[in-house]
Amino acid sequence: MASTTGVTAQAEKLRQAAMRAGVAPTGADRASRSGIWVAMFAITMSFMAFTSALFVREGSLDWGHLVLPSIVYWNTLALLASSGTFELARRRLELVGGGRVQSGEPGIIWLVATLALGIAFCVGQYSAWQNLRAQGIYLATNPNSSFFYVLTFIHVLHVVGGISAFLYLLSRLALRPGVLRRSFFENTAIYWHFMGVLWLYLLLLCRTRL
Amino acid sequence: MAETSAEPAHVHAPPEGFIRKHVFSLDHKVIGKQYYALALLAVFTGMILSWLMRIHLVWPNAKIPGLELLSKVGAPGGVMTPEYYLSLLTMHGTLMVFFVLTNAPFAAFGNYFLPIQIGAEDMAFPRFNMMSFWTTFAAWVVLMLAFVIPDGPPIAGWTEYTPLSAIGKDAGPGMEWGASCWGISIALFCVASLLSSLNFIATTLDLRARGMTLMRMPLCTWAWFITSCIALLAFAVLLPACILLMLDRHAGTSFFIPAGIVASDRLQPHSGGSPLLWQHLFWFFGHPEVYIAILPSMGIVSHILINSMRKPLLSAKVVIYSMMSIGFLSYMVWGHHMFLSGMNPMSALAFSFPTLTITIPATILTLIWLGSLYGANLQINSASLFAIGFISMFVSGGVSGFFLAQPSIDIYLHATYFVVGHFHMVMGVASLFGVFAGTYFWFPKMTGRYMSEGLGKLHFWITFIGAYCIFMPFHYLGLIGNVRRYQSFVDDFMAPYIPLHKFITIAALITGGAQFIFLFNLIYSRFWGKPAPQNPWNATSLEWSIPSPPPWNNFGGRHPVVYHDPYQYGVKGGAGDFVMQDSPEVIASGD
Amino acid sequence: MGKILAVVIVIIGLASAYPILKNQYPLPEDISTHGHLIDDQLNDTMMEAGISFVGAQLVLAYFLWTFSGRKPGSPLKDFPGGAKVLVIFAFVIVGTEVIALGAFGQKAWASVYFTPAKADSLQIQAQAEQFAFYFRYAGPDGKFGMIHPEKIDEGNQNYFGLDPENDVAARDDIVSGELVVPMSKEIHLMLHGKDVGHSFYVRELRIQQDFVPGLDLSVHFTATKVGKYEIVCTQLCGLGHYNMKAYLNVMSQVDFDAWLKQQSQ
Repeated sequence: MASTTGVTAQAEKLRQAAMRAGVAPTGADRASRSGIWVAMFAITMSFMAFTSALFVREGSLDWGHLVLPSIVYWNTLALLASSGTFELARRRLELVGGGRVQSGEPGIIWLVATLALGIAFCVGQYSAWQNLRAQGIYLATNPNSSFFYVLTFIHVLHVVGGISAFLYLLSRLALRPGVLRRSFFENTAIYWHFMGVLWLYLLLLCRTRL
Repeated sequence: MAETSAEPAHVHAPPEGFIRKHVFSLDHKVIGKQYYALALLAVFTGMILSWLMRIHLVWPNAKIPGLELLSKVGAPGGVMTPEYYLSLLTMHGTLMVFFVLTNAPFAAFGNYFLPIQIGAEDMAFPRFNMMSFWTTFAAWVVLMLAFVIPDGPPIAGWTEYTPLSAIGKDAGPGMEWGASCWGISIALFCVASLLSSLNFIATTLDLRARGMTLMRMPLCTWAWFITSCIALLAFAVLLPACILLMLDRHAGTSFFIPAGIVASDRLQPHSGGSPLLWQHLFWFFGHPEVYIAILPSMGIVSHILINSMRKPLLSAKVVIYSMMSIGFLSYMVWGHHMFLSGMNPMSALAFSFPTLTITIPATILTLIWLGSLYGANLQINSASLFAIGFISMFVSGGVSGFFLAQPSIDIYLHATYFVVGHFHMVMGVASLFGVFAGTYFWFPKMTGRYMSEGLGKLHFWITFIGAYCIFMPFHYLGLIGNVRRYQSFVDDFMAPYIPLHKFITIAALITGGAQFIFLFNLIYSRFWGKPAPQNPWNATSLEWSIPSPPPWNNFGGRHPVVYHDPYQYGVKGGAGDFVMQDSPEVIASGD
Repeated sequence: MGKILAVVIVIIGLASAYPILKNQYPLPEDISTHGHLIDDQLNDTMMEAGISFVGAQLVLAYFLWTFSGRKPGSPLKDFPGGAKVLVIFAFVIVGTEVIALGAFGQKAWASVYFTPAKADSLQIQAQAEQFAFYFRYAGPDGKFGMIHPEKIDEGNQNYFGLDPENDVAARDDIVSGELVVPMSKEIHLMLHGKDVGHSFYVRELRIQQDFVPGLDLSVHFTATKVGKYEIVCTQLCGLGHYNMKAYLNVMSQVDFDAWLKQQSQ
């Protein structure tokens, strides 16, 4: 039969004190970190489903070839650069007690730059679609274009999720300095870098397979 | 979120006002009850649909009063048309699989009890949790819309095989907008299930109370945790599949529709798509879905059996590892739904072997339950009756899987009533028995009142015997080659078996009727049931350490500390033959 | 009440097994050369599954009878050997069963799917559509005409979309609503789906195979008994699904030759 664990009241007190001092992450902090990893896992899984659909579909007779609009490469640069600017912002935003982030102007500027690059990416993807449409290549034109529109559109939807997190971050930092939880900030960073990696994968997929 | 003080878990203020308390509530317990209510609504709808189908099968010209109101086209004068039979079949399957078998054992009970059993105040992300429920609700509304639109519900079955489901109105009635309702509904359902799985996983991993190690979690918490891992993968694949299906239907793409098909005398303007792709994506979700339905019930039944036996299972670890291996294997077997679909015959063997292998963990589970009964002191009440009934049903539904797992036998039995009997028993009845057991067991915690034992036992007897009377003959009908999804048996060889079909229909009407006893019991006991104390079953897990019904923050601001494994029964404790998980008493090791 | 449930479970277990033991629901007569392999496999599985089913229900009932409703405070016992014995038992017994069934079952599957049709087999094309089957024979030239989906015209009975004007091979193709085959000759049936998914199922032939539009599949079989048998659709295909059927007409070679001759006139 199981024995008791020696959780003493004293240890519990020490832990509580550590949390108040902002040294130990809270349960909610840890949960949101797990949550973001789980979410990224699910997103990866659904893009795997799209990918396997693509592999099945590319065997058919009507499979053609799609020249990617050159702007997607510039978009890639913007998205990768935004990961860099986010890291710069992260370094410049001081961490204060309670596991919180304090605003500092240089950091905010880099955050705004990240936001701008993120928006630029979305606008750039939109213009890639416009470019294809101008060539008469629509969603249903051929399977290659179907996959291109679907993959890029769903990716942009996820990027928009990241952008709204930035807006939330900025509004918090600008309006109520010093009250942003560090875990939110870090999770946004993880998610945003993941969007970059995911896009590199999709670009590679579209470039080699479509 | 940002303003929270440095408490171990997040603390939210007590909800105020009717809307916040009962409608858009962030409280996992309210959300659990909302899921339960939705499942209840769906299960009665689904059951009545099955009644209509059963009646039509044996009395095809029966005038069913009121049916005309449901659909003038589908049932002119109250007599069902063949296509309306298929509509009802599709809706029955969809409602039952998604809105009942996924919602009731997993989302409803999981939401209510998972946080309490691990000693948390709420789910990790209460807002996501609320969104999950309301998205599920929206999914249900969209699905039910199919009944009221002029097009009517889709006729392609709950599996919505392409190209039938993809080419729109040329495929038949209900396939223009009815099938779109289906697609949108299931896509919404996927989003909701993804959110709630994410929530379950993060909550289990990170919000456990002090001393609540993973191995100290009750078995039903383990089952919900494993189920949420399965659901996360499964719904993440079904969602893209639904998106592609909707694009084929409405945007003219050809993911699932091949070239050169002529339906309703029209050459369909598509090219190159693969119908098998849909089947692969669908069953990659569809088979794990079976385990999403049954695993939580396995956990609930274990939890209740242990309590009623007054002794722990022979090995909780073996149960946990068996459930994990079932979850893991469930991803390698989807092709056994497609043995005859035209995929490479080699792969049939590759899918058959892991399918047969699932028998091993399933057998281990059964043997552990049986072996644990040995030497027990089983208390009989409605909850434990349903738990025992679950074991019996699980065995009966499980052994028929032996046949269908083998591609050679599947050549004969595929798409017959044998298959219908198999999955209704193991996925439908068995997992609903888990839900019934859970309801009788936890009702006192959820409401502070007992359910009526007399009505509960009556409900059990009719349901248990009735379910066998309905679904065992399905296997026999399968053996003679009775094909499923037929609205009428026009073949001569079926004539001698029509009386058996009539017997099944009558059994279904009676068994279904017994479910109204359950419904009455639920409502009656909610208001006028015998008041129950905090721990009526002398149980050990954390949900029994708090008042019934629990306060909005579960532990009243207290942070429970866990000292023991979840099932300390048959030991000498201060309160009797058990020691609660959060009781600091020391249990003498050995005997 | 536990004891009553034990009795009920015994009754249910035995009553469920009874019709199987008495063979009250026999499989239809097998008229194919490979069917006995499937039937044998099914019978073996029935025995193993039947024993597991009845055995488990009886054990459940026995334990329920013995260990339910005992006086409170009755001494608890543990299963001799504990979980270990049960796990080993499951692995050994069920594992062996799984491997055995899997291995033996292969033979039946292989006979249908892994052996190619013989070179001298009779080729017939089957087309499934909402809600009928049509069968096409190559005719005297032994060649099938091309299918042109845009030429399909049900009104003029051009079910396959043939183009006899430009396609020589199509001119002598024979189209029939009934699958007429000679006895004891291997038939190579090529399945073509016209609109949505369907399935070809003849109980007596122990053959079932889906039609997948866009993917032409084939099965082969040899019928061993003259007679008329039902071909039914087993893949949900729309509102007329239940009524979508045709007949398999197995004839002696002589009768078949005569029939073919009559058709080609």
